[in-house]
Amino acid sequence: MTDDLITIEVDGKPLQARKGQMLIQVTDKNDIYVPRFCYHHKLSVAANCRMCLVEVEKAPKPLPACATPVVDGMKAYTRSKLAVEAQKAVMEFLLINHPLDCPICDQGGECELQDLAMGYGRDVSRYQENKRVVKDKNIGPLVQTDMTRCIHCTRCVRFGDEIAGVRELGATGRGEHMEIGTYIEKSMVSEMSGNVIDICPVGALTSKPFRFSARSWEMVQKDSIAPHDSVGSNIHVHIKDDRVKRVVPSENETINEVWLSDRDRFSYEGLYSDDRLLSPMIKEDGAWKDVDWETALQYVTDRIQTVKKKTGADNIGALVSPAATLEELFLLQKFMRGIGCHNIDHRLRQRDFSDQDVAPIFPWLGQSIADIEKRDAVLLVGSNVRKEQPIINHRLRKATLRGCNVLVVNPVDYDFNFNIPVKIIVPPTDLPYTLAGILKAVAEQGGRKPDDADFIKLIERTNINDKHREIARKLSESKQGTVLLGNLAVAHPQFSTIRALAGAIAKLANITLGYLGESANSSGAWLAGALPHRKPAGQRSDKTGLNAFSMLEASLKAYVLLGIEPELDCWDGSKAMQAMKSAEFIVCMTAYHSEAIKSYAHVLLPIALFAETSGTYINNEGRSQSFNATVSPSGEARPAWKILRVLGNLFNLNGFNYNTSIEVRDEIQNLISNLVPGNEGRWEIPVSLPTGNGNLQRITDIPMNSIDPITRRAHALQQTMDVADGMVHVNALLARQLGLSAGSRVLVRQEECSVELPVMLDERVPERCVLVHAAQSCHASLGPSYGDITLNKV
Amino acid sequence: MDNKLSEHAKEVIDQWLKIYPADQKRSAVLAALREVQHENNGFLTTDLMDAVADYLGLPKIAVYEVASFYSMFEIQPVGRHSISVCTNISCMLCGADEIVAYIEKKLGIKTGESTKDGRYYLKQEEECLAACCGGPMMMVDHKFYENLSPEKVDEVLDKLE
Ligand code: SF4
Ligand code: FES
Ligand code: FES
Repeated sequence: MTDDLITIEVDGKPLQARKGQMLIQVTDKNDIYVPRFCYHHKLSVAANCRMCLVEVEKAPKPLPACATPVVDGMKAYTRSKLAVEAQKAVMEFLLINHPLDCPICDQGGECELQDLAMGYGRDVSRYQENKRVVKDKNIGPLVQTDMTRCIHCTRCVRFGDEIAGVRELGATGRGEHMEIGTYIEKSMVSEMSGNVIDICPVGALTSKPFRFSARSWEMVQKDSIAPHDSVGSNIHVHIKDDRVKRVVPSENETINEVWLSDRDRFSYEGLYSDDRLLSPMIKEDGAWKDVDWETALQYVTDRIQTVKKKTGADNIGALVSPAATLEELFLLQKFMRGIGCHNIDHRLRQRDFSDQDVAPIFPWLGQSIADIEKRDAVLLVGSNVRKEQPIINHRLRKATLRGCNVLVVNPVDYDFNFNIPVKIIVPPTDLPYTLAGILKAVAEQGGRKPDDADFIKLIERTNINDKHREIARKLSESKQGTVLLGNLAVAHPQFSTIRALAGAIAKLANITLGYLGESANSSGAWLAGALPHRKPAGQRSDKTGLNAFSMLEASLKAYVLLGIEPELDCWDGSKAMQAMKSAEFIVCMTAYHSEAIKSYAHVLLPIALFAETSGTYINNEGRSQSFNATVSPSGEARPAWKILRVLGNLFNLNGFNYNTSIEVRDEIQNLISNLVPGNEGRWEIPVSLPTGNGNLQRITDIPMNSIDPITRRAHALQQTMDVADGMVHVNALLARQLGLSAGSRVLVRQEECSVELPVMLDERVPERCVLVHAAQSCHASLGPSYGDITLNKV
Repeated sequence: MDNKLSEHAKEVIDQWLKIYPADQKRSAVLAALREVQHENNGFLTTDLMDAVADYLGLPKIAVYEVASFYSMFEIQPVGRHSISVCTNISCMLCGADEIVAYIEKKLGIKTGESTKDGRYYLKQEEECLAACCGGPMMMVDHKFYENLSPEKVDEVLDKLE
């Protein structure tokens, strides 16, 4: 590589550079500022704004630094008379049409054009002509347009093309009539669309929910970690008057680079939803009343003690959100185990726990997030990664641009923003069988057999087809491949079988196995011990409690809920609802008081949400990231770790005398610091593969903006397409067979539950399958996420 | 969507596709739009542009960009016969402006408009049409008419159906 190094001189300073780099990359690296609008280090070079003109020795005219490759011995001047004159001239051109109304522009105070106009603009304009006016476009609920302000840098266009992978914005017309827009009015549908707000150098694209609510200089910026998917994107929280005004990405090349998913960017609106619980409440004779913390906590203590005395600690269960902080998860399990109960779980959307004893210490990505882009073959199993973990999807997309084959086995034909060479779309019941086929094909091609005799027996009778072979070939040929299990795989009723088969494929093809976590602490919760069978750091628990599903099935006497709405967040909504309704005592540590929660809970304890509490998330790659509170909790709300600390003390449990959440974290870190992540582990190999029974089957997915309580209350996100729609999705063939058409109403039945819903034709759904979104109120009246379902026309 | 393109248009596009590398289908976009516009009485619709995008495997917006950039493409419905009077320097010096004024009066429309009966479209010509020695000149349905006078304009235009 040293041959590539050359020396150039900028403003008289010698600098090291790599051959082929653009001049602006070298100056940026060395903190020499060159003004720019169109150049962005994550986008291709367009060189259309000319703001970066600099003087280069021997060149007859100024050259754009963003499009001038360095050569050995090059001498450039960024502040010479020629350079500055050129920069000033460009600024004058840009301002011919740009409105000079910064006081009423939302970008004012953080506008690249405003800043540079200060540095390079003249005081008076020499132009008298009218400025052009461009009609604003409605491009959806998240991004506000003010197209008269656009300076045609095309950053947003290139972002769509190169990063989001959906080319929706473009430059139509020409000359003075050129406009940036979608041409025909439509919303941007990208899970990353909010990033155009950051990259637009002017006030043409701004945040719709934030619009006109604060000025940049009135806000303070604090760092935090995004609370939704398992990526742990780094964020800046912008605060005014102790209120979160907006969230923007904070650059971290190893995680989110400079990007942020729309969910992570706009979910903060949920902090201030109307049903935010502001004070502890107790239900007395069916009526809710506000109480102080002391009363509430004493009441909780008494009631739990009563249940414990009467029916034993085993009759209590704790369900906790996988988006809770590490400290909360840890203290809740410490509390539960302290009172002699092992019924604690965060795996709310899982059904099959049969192999939990041989599961890895914590399920992780199997590689770093940044490494994903180096993969040459990826098998995605049961995953809509584009919506579920948008940042990981972005890395995958980058990998595909370098030639990686992403292969898919899914129960729904999801849309990807990159090319998928082979995909197999099968009903959920056929998923294990398909993996067995791929395993067999990998074995055949490699001339090897799985080590385990049980596997050999299992796949013996499997038929393989060309697609299996094709996938197997691509995986076997890969040098840096991986198998990734997504949210739908984890929720599958035969998850353990899927895990075993995926693991065997990975092992045989000599590639890694990884899990894509659903929530911020899907990995961390395992390490914190929020599990019925393992204590923190994966230590075996002497007693195994009930898992998330069994706790509901068992209809316990008391439940402790932390940060969840069980009827929306659990695998079987109606079972959750029944269990809640029949319990004697329910304490909800919750940020919200929904009608449902009020109908079954007995005590509500208001908790602080993500930007309001300190804590730690361990992301999918095993990286632990701690953060401080950025604003005070709303109303009387308290961080859940503090609530648990007090409860621990009220129960006279040992080891609950923490002063800060950092002390809690350090206690966990001590336990886990020596752990090495590994997914290789062991599996439970099933004796036979499940097959469909010919009945209609339900498939459930959770649209990205319905995933957790806070997102479900984020107003703008709820206006997007990515929310639970309360429809019954079937393909046209099935609709015809059942005599249904789009919009007709059907009675949907599962086990004892039924609900009437409208039909939507959806060709992504495979034959004999019915897709229903979860995490909405109609889900609460339906049954399991997977399994038999019947439809009757009404 | 493909069915929006006529068999003939597809044949023509396929012909063009042959001369470009298989992964550079976008190269055929100008030829494709030209053909489709020709078959559609001289203008493009969003549906037709979408059909071209699908046929060539391009994002729709990429086709809108091309069609809206080049003045040879009409993205609004226009009259059957397209009249472009050159008003660039040579022609202007030879009296192009009077010719434009004459045609506007004769047809009762302004430059950029079409007659109500859909017969004529008086296009705004952006550039020199490269017949400077014959100015003033106009192009009607792709044919050049030079050394124009009001009489000559009448003769040409009245013949058109
Ligand atoms: S909208 Fe903003 S990012 Fe897009 S071209 Fe205009 S100025 Fe550039
Ligand atoms: S930044 Fe170089 S031309 Fe725009
Ligand atoms: S100026 Fe009219 S043809 Fe050249």
